[in-house]
Amino acid sequence: MMCEECHARPATVHFTKIVGGEKSEYHLCEQCARDKGDVFAKAAQAFDFNHLLSGLLNMESSPGIAAPPPANLRCDVCGLTYHQFTQMGRFGCPHCYESFASRLEPLLRRIQSNGQHRGKVPLRAGEQVKKRKVLDRLRIELQQAIAAERFERAAELRDQIRSLEQEFEQ
Amino acid sequence: MSLSDFLQRAMSKWMRDGGPNDDIALTSRIRIARNITDVPFPMLQTDSHADAVIDRVRRALASPDVRRFGNFELVRCSELSALDRQVLVEKHLISKDLADEVKHGAVALRDDEVVNLMINEEDHIRIQCIMPGLRLEEAWQLANELDDALEKHIPYAFHDRYGYLTACPTNVGTGIRASVMMHLPGLVLSGQINRMLSAVSQVGLTVRGMYGEGSESAGNLFQVSNQVTLGETEEEIIGNLSSIVNQLMDHERAARRMLLQENREGLEDRVCRSFGILAYARKMDSKETLQRLSDVRLGIDLGIIKGVSAGILKELMVMTQPAFLQKYYNQELSPATRDSRRATLIRERLRLDDTEVQ
Repeated sequence: MMCEECHARPATVHFTKIVGGEKSEYHLCEQCARDKGDVFAKAAQAFDFNHLLSGLLNMESSPGIAAPPPANLRCDVCGLTYHQFTQMGRFGCPHCYESFASRLEPLLRRIQSNGQHRGKVPLRAGEQVKKRKVLDRLRIELQQAIAAERFERAAELRDQIRSLEQEFEQ
Repeated sequence: MSLSDFLQRAMSKWMRDGGPNDDIALTSRIRIARNITDVPFPMLQTDSHADAVIDRVRRALASPDVRRFGNFELVRCSELSALDRQVLVEKHLISKDLADEVKHGAVALRDDEVVNLMINEEDHIRIQCIMPGLRLEEAWQLANELDDALEKHIPYAFHDRYGYLTACPTNVGTGIRASVMMHLPGLVLSGQINRMLSAVSQVGLTVRGMYGEGSESAGNLFQVSNQVTLGETEEEIIGNLSSIVNQLMDHERAARRMLLQENREGLEDRVCRSFGILAYARKMDSKETLQRLSDVRLGIDLGIIKGVSAGILKELMVMTQPAFLQKYYNQELSPATRDSRRATLIRERLRLDDTEVQ
């Protein structure tokens, strides 16, 4: 069979497209199929990278993932469910990383070699990271001060914590 | 317009310029994925989210911090014709996915096309920097500085542990993808390529055909890039890739020398046959074009063909693709017509040089 587009090369790509119940068949050579872009892209999609990734995400029974995720696991900011994430291999928003944190470790171990970022830190976020660490330290000190009944020191620490928290809210 | 005028306008300046080691490492590219905190990733975007992202980038580009990087023109994909979007894809300035993202996508191009931004593709922002030859460090430096300037105006989604947050977990961390496009006919002809490529994949790099994920290698062109984005610093990622690319170049040069020594006649025959076909054929499909151009470029590098500029491979690789052909002939062309116009264009291009075959 010859390619129905260029009529010059043998047809090597055959597929059926169904849109709204209407069925059309295509017989094209590889080049015309690629030129037809949209049609071919759909046919090729089954083998593309996203599908491989979602295949990895669906390997729930494999070692490293202990139990299936709860059916209602979803991101509380964008509403993406974990199930949808495994189908598409894409997160819905930055917050998904927190929402799905419990499932993320084994996944990142599979596709990335190491789970801890060591590269560049944005200046603005870098400042916040530092402040958060200070806040965590002050909170521990506050607990220790209360336990030791050093209430004056505790009041000072409380005020420092409050003003830092206010900065965060802004 | 004459072909030489068209070439002057169609080719980015960086494509015409040479670069270090560009006989084998044709181009170096750095891509950085960044997202805005508190905005859904493009996959879940509403129209207003998409507009907000484009607007933030537009404002950042107008700031003095970013303007010192040059003049960027921001265009929404919807404002470009399908053909113009395809031309940008063929120039490797935007991805096919962005060209298809007509509703929400946008691109910010710097005049010289060395650096640009893809907006609302898979991530909110992707900074891309392409330079000729093996210049990964330089490309990273430019992309990194532009990233810093944008970050002053755009709050990036960042996590202490996971680094820069991206729509796909394969980009999280540094968000950096560094790649080098390599022309490796010596390794292919001497049958060493598969061994080399499997060795490369064992050190955390990936190799693909020149048209990105899933595409086969055409014209002996291979794109080598980092696979891992989390757990290594940007400098480690780039250093690792550079060192492997340097080793591949050494092997390629050794393979070329060996082919010349052991079978000069066979090699010359192959190169000259391909040159003859390019110079006289009346119909050329894209795949054969790339293969023949690869042979001719090898012939130029080895001194078998003289008088043809070495840039011809890069030039014709871009020029003979479907959208460029239609742009040059200024009309829509069926695939069959394209094959004959492609052959005509190649013959014209070869006549621009004063060729001499040894």
